[in-house]
Amino acid sequence: MIEFHVNNEPASFDGDEDTPLLWILRDHLALTGTKFGCGIGSCGACTVHIDGRASKACTRKASSIAGKRITTIEGLASPSGQLHPLQQAWIDEDVPQCGYCQGGQIMAAIDLLHNNPSPSDADISKSMRNICRCGTYVRIRKAIHRAAASMRRET
Amino acid sequence: MLRRTFLVGGLTASGGFLLGVPVVKAMAGETSDLKGGKIGFFVEIKPDNTVVIGVAQPEIGQGVRTSMPMLVAEELDVDWAEVTVRQMPLGIVKTADGYTWKYGGQGAGGSTAVTDNWDFLREVGATARQMLINVAAARWEVEPGACRTESGEVFCATLGARIKYADLAEQAAKLPVPGDKPSFKALSDHRIIGKPAGVVDIRDIVTGKARFGIDTAVPGMRYAVIQRSPYLDGTVRSFDDTSARKVPGVVDVFKIDGPAPGEPYLILASGVAVVATSTWAALQGRKALEIEWDKGPHQQESTESFWRQANELLSSAGQIVRNDGDLDAVIEQADKVVTARYEIPFVNHAPMEPQNCFVHVEKDRARVIAPTQSPSGASRAVAAVTGLSRERIEVEMTRVGGGFGRRLTNDYVAEAAMISQKIGGAVKLQWSREDDVRHDFYRPSGLHEMKAALNTSGEITGWTQRLASAGKYYRRPNVAPDEQYAAELYIDDFPAQFIENLRVEWFEVQSGMPRGSWRAPAHTANAFVVQSFLDEVAHASGQDPLQLRLDLYGNNRDLPYGQHGGPTFNPWRLSRLLEHVAQRIDYTAKRPAGRAVGIASHFTFGGYAAHAVEVEVGSDGSLIIERIVAAVDCGIVVNPLGVEAQLEGGTIDGLSTALNLEITVEEGQVVQSNFHNYRVARMSQIPVVLETHVLPFGDKPTGMGEMGLPSIAPALTNAIYNACGVRIRKLPLRDQLKSMLA
Repeated sequence: MIEFHVNNEPASFDGDEDTPLLWILRDHLALTGTKFGCGIGSCGACTVHIDGRASKACTRKASSIAGKRITTIEGLASPSGQLHPLQQAWIDEDVPQCGYCQGGQIMAAIDLLHNNPSPSDADISKSMRNICRCGTYVRIRKAIHRAAASMRRET
Repeated sequence: MLRRTFLVGGLTASGGFLLGVPVVKAMAGETSDLKGGKIGFFVEIKPDNTVVIGVAQPEIGQGVRTSMPMLVAEELDVDWAEVTVRQMPLGIVKTADGYTWKYGGQGAGGSTAVTDNWDFLREVGATARQMLINVAAARWEVEPGACRTESGEVFCATLGARIKYADLAEQAAKLPVPGDKPSFKALSDHRIIGKPAGVVDIRDIVTGKARFGIDTAVPGMRYAVIQRSPYLDGTVRSFDDTSARKVPGVVDVFKIDGPAPGEPYLILASGVAVVATSTWAALQGRKALEIEWDKGPHQQESTESFWRQANELLSSAGQIVRNDGDLDAVIEQADKVVTARYEIPFVNHAPMEPQNCFVHVEKDRARVIAPTQSPSGASRAVAAVTGLSRERIEVEMTRVGGGFGRRLTNDYVAEAAMISQKIGGAVKLQWSREDDVRHDFYRPSGLHEMKAALNTSGEITGWTQRLASAGKYYRRPNVAPDEQYAAELYIDDFPAQFIENLRVEWFEVQSGMPRGSWRAPAHTANAFVVQSFLDEVAHASGQDPLQLRLDLYGNNRDLPYGQHGGPTFNPWRLSRLLEHVAQRIDYTAKRPAGRAVGIASHFTFGGYAAHAVEVEVGSDGSLIIERIVAAVDCGIVVNPLGVEAQLEGGTIDGLSTALNLEITVEEGQVVQSNFHNYRVARMSQIPVVLETHVLPFGDKPTGMGEMGLPSIAPALTNAIYNACGVRIRKLPLRDQLKSMLA
């Protein structure tokens, strides 16, 4: 039995310890906002935060998450429904098309701004490695700049 | 042609009122097997005066869940903020003449949603509004003409009275539908159409609540994966599932039979299905399978053999599909003849959401929850597998994690139905990314030979395109051999009708690769080839590529266009866009060595687009795309934010594909398998400056899903030529510049 926290709630998994966190979240905990895209840690659709840092859930084995604090896209907004500034920026810039990759994109963008509160265009291009097949990159970039500005104002 | 037949109305469980305005629409050119009518759409007015508007089309990212309800809401005259959207299931009705649509045509393909529903959905809204007015007028004992509406209320100025739609709706439902077609608002009176509207589901998307097919879970449901033959048309000779069955959670393993070679595809391939209690268990079970494959009839096929065959074909005579004037004579008399060959690779659709489908087949019914572009195709697929009659098959549509044409084919739905039927219970079939890259209906690959004849004044007197390709109608039932070309060459495309002596010829390459529709299907290949070769002709005759296009396109006029997107084509609308992008990119500016711009334009399915690209090519072949200017004319604009999104997305899709993407074959197997070797562009490849310009025209909208794609690739390679003198005639670009310049 592996015990951990997801979105500030205790959770556990009793099964094959090689099971990727992705499938634990999706099939066992019904948290389907974390998406399956490639299974090899390449596309980033499954990006979650583990102890505050972005991680690809499709390549994180159950055995490696014991005692960890995991945040998924469902856990970003406050319990009262107050969105994270990046979620709000995504709305303000009308980023999504199909929307499938966007949860992972937001989780990756939070990690970027955590490390670099004022990223340049080049910084964004370098850090944002998640694939968006619809090609929403122009708006993703704008949303990150917008959120960065609003987060700087708040702090 | 709209003809009203009857009205359906009634109270919903929540006390709201469902107003249906079924209409029958003549469906010229409809390819569906559903004969006859197009019926109905639904408006629900809630007791609190909010409005729920149903969407019949699947949302694949093209924005229909926003744009379709905008059409209804505009004419219904309600505030957009009061509208919520409901996805409708597949609606089909059996009639004496076969199946007919219940809610109107449902599907996502060919950029048709806005075009096909522009009048229909506005009429739904306007008719509902008129019926609400009629109830208010009767209640107030005034003429309906004395009433007006605004923001979900009916007003009568003479009486100083007002009443909410919610208080009229129940009674309105009982009225007969007005006999006359309602009049529409003037475009200048629009309060919703033409105003930017954000994606309606955006809050659900950014909080992880939006439901895609892959998110379907039903208590007791099993999870399945299939190991499909890696060999094109290969079959399972034998398999050993001893280890697979030992994987905890695996509950069943069995063979799935694919179509015989050459037969239509109900599913793509033969294989072995593994059914389990979780996705991971199914995947682990699959890994433990030992399968011996019969490598089938295409085991010698390779990309190399494909090009060899295509080259050989071009030295023979093909099927002449358009022949204007006397091409041979003008080539004979030409002052100059320019010729070139271009190679277009197979490409994979790679939607972000890998294929999946929930199916529960029971004795006398089936339930399907599918991310699909064609819910009626899903219904047909399940009927074909199970023998159930189609009205016993429910198809629900989820949000779809990308379509690009892949999900016009419902092979994965048929697979899920086969598994559900075998296990006698509900199942969700899941494809891995590897499954998706290696088993697809790929965009056709082809070799294009171009030739142009010029006279002494530089006029193009003759033009020919000879294409040897593996067409997408391969194995499609009911397509005659001499009609196979029609999906590869749209014979009224530019420059037909602009050059007097013109011949188009097609050759069929034999290949075991499954092929299908890929966003803007043959336009992607033909725009690249024609717009590249036009630059080659311009350079060979000392003409400016932009001016040559403007001269050819000519005045503002409609020309006949017989393929999808017709019946007319106005080339001047391309000139207008070209001049706009040229001006924005500063086309005539002097630039340092290694830096240059390129342009291209194309007419796709009724819409017009142009691109200008500025690049810098280093002496070592390094390429920097400095900026892209894209412009589109899709008639009048329903949702500016949505149009810009599609133009950005189409441009990036075209760029990603031109730069990186190719599917190759060795020994009858697809070589690529995941994003490490099928390298869909990431943000770092996309220029920071990507301007989009929307230039409305006329009084009708066209779709937007595909128009933004075809002209970006030739604009890029034309810019590359202008920067360094290297003509790219083979896609993808990849590291060609480095190997040519180094």
